[in-house]
Parts: sequence; C-alpha cells; structure tokens
Amino acid sequence: MLLEVRGLSKSFGGVAANVDISFVVEQGEILGLIGPNGAGKTSLFNSISGEVTPDAGEILLDGRRISGLGPVACAEAGIARTFQVVRSFDSMTVLENVMVGAFARHRTSRAAMAAAGDVLEFCGLAPRAGRPAWSLSPPEKRRLEVARALATQPRLLLLDEMLTGLTPTEAQSGVQLIRDVRARGVTVIMVEHVMEVVLPLVGRAVVLNLGRVLTIGRPEEIVKNPEVIRAYLGDRYVAH
Amino acid sequence: MENGILARRRRELITGAVVLAALAVLPLPIADVYTRNLIIITLLFAGLAQAWNILGGYCGQISLGHALYFGAGAYVATLLFVNAGFPPLIGMFVGGAVGGLLALLVGWPCFRLSGHYYAIATVVVGEIGYLLFLNWDYVGGATGVYVPFKGDSWLALQFKTQKLPYHYVTLAFAAAAWFAAWLIEGSRWGFAWRAVRDDVVAARSLGVRVFASKMAAAAISGFFTGLGGAIFAQYVGYIDPESVLGGQFSILIALPAVLGGVGTLWGPVVGAAVLMPVSELSRSYLGGSGRGFDLMLYGALIVVVALARPQGLVSLLGRRRERARAA
Repeated sequence: MLLEVRGLSKSFGGVAANVDISFVVEQGEILGLIGPNGAGKTSLFNSISGEVTPDAGEILLDGRRISGLGPVACAEAGIARTFQVVRSFDSMTVLENVMVGAFARHRTSRAAMAAAGDVLEFCGLAPRAGRPAWSLSPPEKRRLEVARALATQPRLLLLDEMLTGLTPTEAQSGVQLIRDVRARGVTVIMVEHVMEVVLPLVGRAVVLNLGRVLTIGRPEEIVKNPEVIRAYLGDRYVAH
Repeated sequence: MENGILARRRRELITGAVVLAALAVLPLPIADVYTRNLIIITLLFAGLAQAWNILGGYCGQISLGHALYFGAGAYVATLLFVNAGFPPLIGMFVGGAVGGLLALLVGWPCFRLSGHYYAIATVVVGEIGYLLFLNWDYVGGATGVYVPFKGDSWLALQFKTQKLPYHYVTLAFAAAAWFAAWLIEGSRWGFAWRAVRDDVVAARSLGVRVFASKMAAAAISGFFTGLGGAIFAQYVGYIDPESVLGGQFSILIALPAVLGGVGTLWGPVVGAAVLMPVSELSRSYLGGSGRGFDLMLYGALIVVVALARPQGLVSLLGRRRERARAA
C-alpha cells in the first residue's frame, strides 16, 4: 500500500468539496478517480499534492503522514501532479521547464539537464526541447506537464484530466504514455471524465459524487453499479 | 539540444568579456569630463538596474522601493567613513550587506503578499525609509552628509580631478552585477526563480521553495543596490535623503531594466545605455527651456517602447536571432 486517504474532508466556505473520503492506493497500480463535474476530484488532488490542507482526516504516504505539510514536502516525498489547466512556464523552453522539475533531485544544472533530457526522450518531446513552452500544441503541453512531473522522480503521479479534450488519436498516445509511466514503476492516480478512455486503463476506480465516495471497484463492476449510473445519467437509466 | 543551453551561455559570457574589454578602453580617447561623467553614471545605472532585475526580472517580484537599499548603502558607507574613518573601498561592502539585510527584512512580511500588493508595499516601505532619514539628526537629517576630501586615494575612493578611476569602479560594479545575473541564470536558483515568476502553483508542485527563492533574490538584489549606493555617495561627495532615498530614485533604478527588457541579461545594460544619455542630453538641452520638458521626452520614450516593444529593447536582438535560426 503506497497511499492511504483516511476520512478526508475539505470545505471551501460553505461548500463541502470532499466529505469523509477514504481509500487506498496500491504500489504500481493505475487508479481512476472519476465522477461527474463538481464531484470533488480536483479538490481531492489538491489535498493529496499538499496544495491545500484538509479540514479533517489524514493522508499517509508509506505510512507517513503528509497531509498539511505543503506542496514542497509532498514533492520531496515523491508525489507529483499535472494540472487540469496546463501551467507551463511560458518564458522558458521545453527543456528548461523540465529542468525545474529535475532540480528537485539534482543539485547541478548539468545533472538536471541530463535528467530532463532523458525524461523528454521518454515522453516523446525531445524534438521540441529547445522550443519555448508557449509554442507547443495543446496535446504537447499536456505531455510537458507529465514530463515536468516525472522529472521530480515521483513514486506517485497525479494526472488531472490529462486526456480530456484530445482527439481520439491524441488520447490513444496519451494512454500509451500513461502505460509507459506505470511500467517505470510509478503509481498513477488519474482523474478523468471520459469513461471509455479511463476504464480500460485502470485496475480500479474510485467514483466520487457530490464530494463523497460513491463506490470503489474494478471497471466492470463500476459500469454496472446502479448508483454510478444514477449519478451520471439520472434515475430513469437504472435497470430495474 | 542540451548543448543549446550551454552554447548560449558560453556565447553570452564571451559577449560579456568583449563588452567589458571595450568599455575598459572606451574612456581613454575621451578627454571631455562631461562625457566621462555621463559614461560613469550610465555604468552605475547599468549595475543598479541589473541588481533590480535580479529580483524584479528573474524572480518577478516588482520592487518600487529599491531606493531604500540604495540609500542605506550610501549612508552606511559614508557614515562609517566620516565618523569612524573606515575606508569606503571596504565600507561599500558593509553598505551592500546592510542593503541585502534590509531587503530580507522587507521581504519577510511583504513576500507573503502576491503580485501588485508586493509592489505597493515596497513603495510604502521606501517612503518610510525616506521619512526616517529625513528626521534623523544623527545621520544629518534633511541637511545630509558631506564626504570630507582627504586627498587622492583608492582606499577612500576619492579623486580630486580625475574621472578615470571612477570609470573603473563603476565598470567593475556593473560587470559584477552582470556576472552575478549570468551565474544565477544557469543555476538551480535561477530556474527556481523563473519558475516562481511564471507560475507559483506549478513551481511549488515541483518542489520549489517559493518564499526562500524570493528571499534569496531579494538579498542579492539588495546587496548590489546597496553597493551601488555606496559608490554613488563617494562619487558625488554629498548625500541627503532627497538624492538617495527619494521615491523617484526607486523608479530610476527600475526603468533601465524595464526599458531594456526584464529578466534578461542585457536588458538592464542596453536600457541604461539608452536611457541615461537621453535623460542627460534632454536635461542639458531642454531642461533650461521649460520646466519638465526633458522629463516629457523621457516619458514619451518609455511609452513608445512599452507600446512597440513590450518585451524591451533586447527583444529586437532576440527576434533577429530567432528568425535566423528558423531560416
């Protein structure tokens, strides 16, 4: 067990984004985090990556409490993330963007540059290394987010809607990238709307609805679960 | 690809060495004191703007209170000399250290503010410094401090008639600030600072310590600004709160960097090389004709650059290079 979320709750003002969420993530798996808009997926990511502190509950990485320690400590502990709306460093080149991540593990710029070069190669962005980050196409920017996160040598990678809005071909190569990442020994949690893309990829999925865990299970169980169908499609689609 | 960055850095270092060598011989054929003085002021501002650029450009923390560090450096070095006989050649580093320390003190509360609020806070802090010195009798209050002349000496940084020594002092200052920026650009810090400037949330998700980055940038920036203040004080031989701590001075330090290109190695240098002569010439030709006419010209130049080249003057060079690469 790599990550454990225990009874996590987080409210923003009067809005309960996450309520009493508990689940575990096994070493080496790809876990899906799905649910309709506003289910609290990104909010949960923000807690796991240390960007926000949960109001209640705790998050353990390898049995060590990481909730409330802040994003820098979480990055050092081995948690990396991508953002739903890409946040590239637009005044820098693609290589320099990834070097920022690589500096989390390397002191000298020579070492960081070499590590960043390897990651770019892995993510298929090596031909773009010298380009300014702003000039990349949207799917390339998503890849850059992944590359930058991987450069911190994470044990757990959080992907926030990495495949959303891509064409089927682009999404397919994104799926391959995620498989490759897992093959490297990195555990992945991915937030995704597009069920047909996520479900074949993940071993298990956590379904959130209105801030709570609706169900946790294997993809084939989840698509048959009446609660899930109700949450996504409404009552009248539930088979009786 | 990897060599792209290293090659660019080597090219910049070579360019820097060539420019340094050219500037070292530049004043030799110029006998005219007025022009020599103009070059000295330009070099001083190239260094000051680079110091500002280290915090405002690379780290993206816009400070409009740098006069505080400048004035502190000027006062510390001067008072050490006047009251304790401490040689300004060494005292200027004490002045620089005090400038850096003050920048840390200002940064401690103010870096918790983001964006425009930091800039506004620095304006206020700068103004407080000005008022403090204006009403502080020990440091001469509004009357200021004269630096007594004790004969030509490098240790005291005093030269009765010669301009040449100060050419080299200010050149060394500008070169040191430039070299510091060059080192930072290629280091772990430089990457962290630029990441902080571009996107704070992404930066910290990658393990960048945002607050510490800003503090480090502020300390280095404050140090060089204080150093420049100490040199200025010895050069001019007289300081008062108006001349070294006034709010307009904070703007003057930032302007060459803004005009030349923030967050670039050559922006502050190019900006100072354009701005200082324009300001000096417009003052001598237009300053007497009508009040503030020179400042209007100065302001118009900045507006034109801001509209036509928002990335600063150095982007003219960058664009040509990019086009050459694309071809």
